[in-house]
Amino acid sequence: MAKVLLEMKNITKTFPGVKALDNVNLKVEEGEIHALVGENGAGKSTLMNVLSGIYPYGTYEGDIVYNGEVCKFGKIKDSEEKGIVIIHQELALIPYMTIGENMFLGNERGKSAAIDWNETYGEADKYLKMVGLSESSRVLVKDIGTGKQQLVEIAKAMAKHAKLLILDEPTSSLNEKDSQALLDLMLKFKKEGMTSIIISHKLNEVAYVADKITVIRDGSTIETMDKHTTEISEDRIIQGMVGRELTDRFPKRHGVKIGDVNMEVKNWTVHHPLYPERKVCDNVSIKVRKGEVVGISGLMGAGRTELAMSIFGQSYGTNISGQLYLDGKEVHLKTIKQAIKNKLAYVTEDRKGNGLVLTNPIKINTTLANLDSISPRMIIDKDKEYQVAEEYRGKLKTKCPTVEQNVGNLSGGNQQKVLLAKWMFTDPDVLILDEPTRGIDVGAKYEIYCIINDLVAAGKSVVMISSELPEVLGMSDRIYVMNEGKIAGELSAEEASQEKIMSIIVTSGKGA
Amino acid sequence: MEKTNVSVFLRKYTMIIALVLVVIFFSITTEGKILFPQNINNLISQNAYVFVLATGMLLCILTGGNIDLSVGSVVCFAGAVGAMMMDKNVNVVAAVLAMLVIGILIGMWQGFWIAYVKVPPFIATLAGMYAFRGLSNAVLQGMTVSIKSDAFIKVFGGGADCYVPDLFGGEGFNMTCMIAGCIAVVVLVAMQLKSRINNKSRGYETAPLGSTVVKLVVISAVILWISYKLSSHKGIPTALIWILLVLLVYGYLTTKTRIGRYLYAVGGNEKATRLSGINTKKVYFIAYVNMGFLAALAGILTIARLTSSQPTYGQGYEMDAIGACFIGGASAYGGVGSVAGVVIGATLMGVINQGMSIMGMDANYQKVVKGLVLLIAVAFDVLSKREKK
Amino acid sequence: MNKAMEIFRKHTMKIVLVLIVIFFSVMTKGQMFAASSFQALIAQNAYVFILATGMLMCMLTGGNIDLSVGSFVCFIGAIGGHMMVRGGMSVPLAMLLMVGAGVIYGVVEGFLIAYINIPPWIATLAGYLAFRGWGTALLNGATIAPMPDGFSKMFNGSIPDLFGGAGLNITCLLVGVIACVLFVILQLKSRNDKVKKGYEAESMSGVIVRCVLVSAVILLFAFKLAQAGGIPNNLIWVAVIVLIYNFITSKTTIGRYFYTIGGNVEATRLSGIDTKKIFFLAYLNMAVLTVISGWMTMARLSAATPTAGTNYEMDAISACVVGGVSAYGGSGTVFGMVVGATLIGVINLGMSLMGIDANWQKVVKGVVLLAAVVFEIMNNKEKTKD
Repeated sequence: MAKVLLEMKNITKTFPGVKALDNVNLKVEEGEIHALVGENGAGKSTLMNVLSGIYPYGTYEGDIVYNGEVCKFGKIKDSEEKGIVIIHQELALIPYMTIGENMFLGNERGKSAAIDWNETYGEADKYLKMVGLSESSRVLVKDIGTGKQQLVEIAKAMAKHAKLLILDEPTSSLNEKDSQALLDLMLKFKKEGMTSIIISHKLNEVAYVADKITVIRDGSTIETMDKHTTEISEDRIIQGMVGRELTDRFPKRHGVKIGDVNMEVKNWTVHHPLYPERKVCDNVSIKVRKGEVVGISGLMGAGRTELAMSIFGQSYGTNISGQLYLDGKEVHLKTIKQAIKNKLAYVTEDRKGNGLVLTNPIKINTTLANLDSISPRMIIDKDKEYQVAEEYRGKLKTKCPTVEQNVGNLSGGNQQKVLLAKWMFTDPDVLILDEPTRGIDVGAKYEIYCIINDLVAAGKSVVMISSELPEVLGMSDRIYVMNEGKIAGELSAEEASQEKIMSIIVTSGKGA
Repeated sequence: MEKTNVSVFLRKYTMIIALVLVVIFFSITTEGKILFPQNINNLISQNAYVFVLATGMLLCILTGGNIDLSVGSVVCFAGAVGAMMMDKNVNVVAAVLAMLVIGILIGMWQGFWIAYVKVPPFIATLAGMYAFRGLSNAVLQGMTVSIKSDAFIKVFGGGADCYVPDLFGGEGFNMTCMIAGCIAVVVLVAMQLKSRINNKSRGYETAPLGSTVVKLVVISAVILWISYKLSSHKGIPTALIWILLVLLVYGYLTTKTRIGRYLYAVGGNEKATRLSGINTKKVYFIAYVNMGFLAALAGILTIARLTSSQPTYGQGYEMDAIGACFIGGASAYGGVGSVAGVVIGATLMGVINQGMSIMGMDANYQKVVKGLVLLIAVAFDVLSKREKK
Repeated sequence: MNKAMEIFRKHTMKIVLVLIVIFFSVMTKGQMFAASSFQALIAQNAYVFILATGMLMCMLTGGNIDLSVGSFVCFIGAIGGHMMVRGGMSVPLAMLLMVGAGVIYGVVEGFLIAYINIPPWIATLAGYLAFRGWGTALLNGATIAPMPDGFSKMFNGSIPDLFGGAGLNITCLLVGVIACVLFVILQLKSRNDKVKKGYEAESMSGVIVRCVLVSAVILLFAFKLAQAGGIPNNLIWVAVIVLIYNFITSKTTIGRYFYTIGGNVEATRLSGIDTKKIFFLAYLNMAVLTVISGWMTMARLSAATPTAGTNYEMDAISACVVGGVSAYGGSGTVFGMVVGATLIGVINLGMSLMGIDANWQKVVKGVVLLAAVVFEIMNNKEKTKD
């Protein structure tokens, strides 16, 4: 029985209105590779943030026991001192600095007042070779691709002499070859005594490297599988990840007629704005009909938001090619205003970041995308505005004292309703909703589903981008599955199931 | 000594070429006068404050395009206090220390509001610009106070008699200066060779021999040429020693110390820097404390050169400092810039100033030119980094 | 107690203004209340109101400022002086050309800031330097004076008394009374409308208190100005501009967009609004308003001098900040700015009457600016959290 290196006991973490972790338990033995799997939002990253000190001691309940002692990390450096190093999915690199400088940021080589650059670059090159990068450590980070930047992050962790390495979706930007090299690297480290925790969606990779797999669902630990005692197959893992009772969480739609094709996208390719050689959407073709709810599922980073934003008046991306048809006619939407005029609406993924003006009242947010319609000769008809805001408040059952209330003071669910109201007020024919119920409680979610149903009953089309499989399954008439910028599959409501969707995602990654 | 940071290097070359072109331009328009020994000398002593201030401003700009608009007023205020103290027969050393301490305190005051209360830097320092200008006036009571301490003037000056005396008693030609120049070249070459041999022996990467040789030859030539010109006038102005001291110290700090790294990192990506465990607020704070300190030093150099303190000193200094930084390649968004770049930027501005003066151009049109040059430098920087935004 | 705190927070600057006025009245032994003081307050600070209006529009978009306004005032003075005094050009034509110069500068500045993405403070800092130099050069370091009467009268003079009162300008008093009546009627009507339409309306007592206070202030001003010679023309310029911009910011679509950009520029962009155009307009507008304040300066000095406009940017920014405009953008009103500008004007005047050294006045100005910003940030801690 190997020594238990890390034990996280009864960890509970709440954010305002949401319980992200609910009595989670995790045991990691020394020298093993332990995988954490679960859907988006299940709580895996939150758990690791608690472990690494990003959520410091005092902001969570439960204990972290590392090497036999209870740890109270106040900041990142505390956990790093113990040898716990986390590599985030979001790269924490400074583009205009060299690889070597980035690798040793906060961990400089040399005496306190004199950085030894020779040592820095020399050491850096060493670690780079360890992770399989042939670049010199004197190259600027902005000049290497994101895939390689990920490897630099790993080299950076190695330079901190990690004893417990936590990797959050390490192969998300890597191609086949590099992913394989990384996994073999992990196995090599394991032989040298390293303990690792890997968070990953790529179940084939998890099955390849992990000794143990812990499944987290909705903030709780569901089960831990041991490779040495159980036959671990991808299906088995998927079952653990998604297997939840599908209760009556979704309002039924009755007698909604599905009409002609409302919007069609053909051979749509979009390139990354900063790295023009990288395709974020690759030859995507989808169609949407009147009265239909079309779901687009996929993992984070699959390119769904990029697809939506690039369609919406080219508000994202460069070198966009392909055809867009609205109501049978080809259109070229070069600006967001044109998109709105053409009856397209896009409800952003991040309602607080770029969807709402939090410091402004509900009524101002509600009318923002179509202010001209209530402003004859550029003068805002404040009465009309109030009426419109009230109308939508009633329609969407937004809970607020008045529409003069600042949006920032509302709960997540009600903020989302205001955002929806804004777009409904532009009277669109096609609405693209990006993660419409993220971070919202169950009751508000149901209300939003009802709103969606009303929209399609009125003959509109709704494209719903969502990472919550039950939601996609419960609401969609048809589901597209997107992975790595491409459409990996299309399922009708009858044939779709959580397992089918996950397996399309998982199999499309292999040798794609 | 040099950072092998490719894009900064390239930018430096652009500016070096620009510098050379500007020198040639003014040589023609002033009929060579700009290259006279006396004018080279003036270039250094009249612009000493730019080098010092721009170095401090560089550190602030690195953290994210943050500036300090109060430096001119701080220069005046520190100088005013020092001059008054020396006028009342306070010990020179004490006065100098007091000035530096004042600079540090002002830096701490402004740094506190900017780093910890998050007052936008330009507002906090704009307030300082007015407050300290007013205080300077109040301290001097509107009058000019002359500096009578010879020792002070000699040590910090650049005026009539402030040169490192010639130990070799050359006639009309300052041997010490020339020899100092030669020694500098020898030391530089030796250091480069040593570092090269060191690297090779440890198996580290080294730059190609050809480019190193070319760099050394060019820099040595420039050093010898300047030494020659200075020797032909009166020797090494004492202000030059202070400039070199500041440049060397901060050159070292920005390339070899942790805090130097952190200044760049914060400007490059504040979130990433925080995630690397660095206290970013402290970094901003230090940048502004340092600026206050260097502003006081520039104040000392200013009153020494002008052998007096007046309430109008320091006006426009912040512009010169900011201009020197941007012309020298600092990015308006932070994270990019170097002391070497500041040297080039400050020199370029100094040459433009000198050239226009010798040509007899109206001082006011000089201001217009300065403003345009600043704008062009920044536009160039922003356009060439379009993707970053 | 809570109610009192709330009232204090909502009307802080107005309360501070009243307190400061009382303070200076005591310190100057009542001179603060002399008719000449009221006249001086307007004459000396008219330019601040105009500049601060323009600065407000820039700051709303995200805390952006314009450091070049003072220098541009000097430049406008220089070209205006040459045209009208040396060149004998007709005043209307000269004024038109000066506006043209403002438009050209505004377009260039707006383009550089909105479309080339040069940080506003750098672009305007260059202008700060360049225009001071250019203006001084055009004047050859000297002063051009005096300004033609027709020009100066437009700003310096006052509306003549139609009723020929002795020692007291009846027209002025009358206008003051009419203004009060209009104000009260508007307030009552607006409240009535709100009640009729079912909106939340203020308590009747609140409206009455406000009507009484505002009327008192208006009548006081009217009376004092009547004693001092009538309604200054400058006041009319200020009133017109303030009312126009108040209308724009509170009632038009474009005014609304300034606020939402400052609140969240991405969300505004994704709602279909051309955000670059708004930034461009902010700076174009600033330049044109600067021309107007330049005229006021030229008229007041009856000259064009190389030092005209010194510290103007400071005054404008301070007026905005003290008036509650957020240093990060997204909030602030024209009337708030008016209170701020008035407060600063009162402080300036009070200090002058007290005979405080001009330099200590500068120190106080700097401290007030800093204090106002800090206070505003503290009040809105959540807004500035990362």
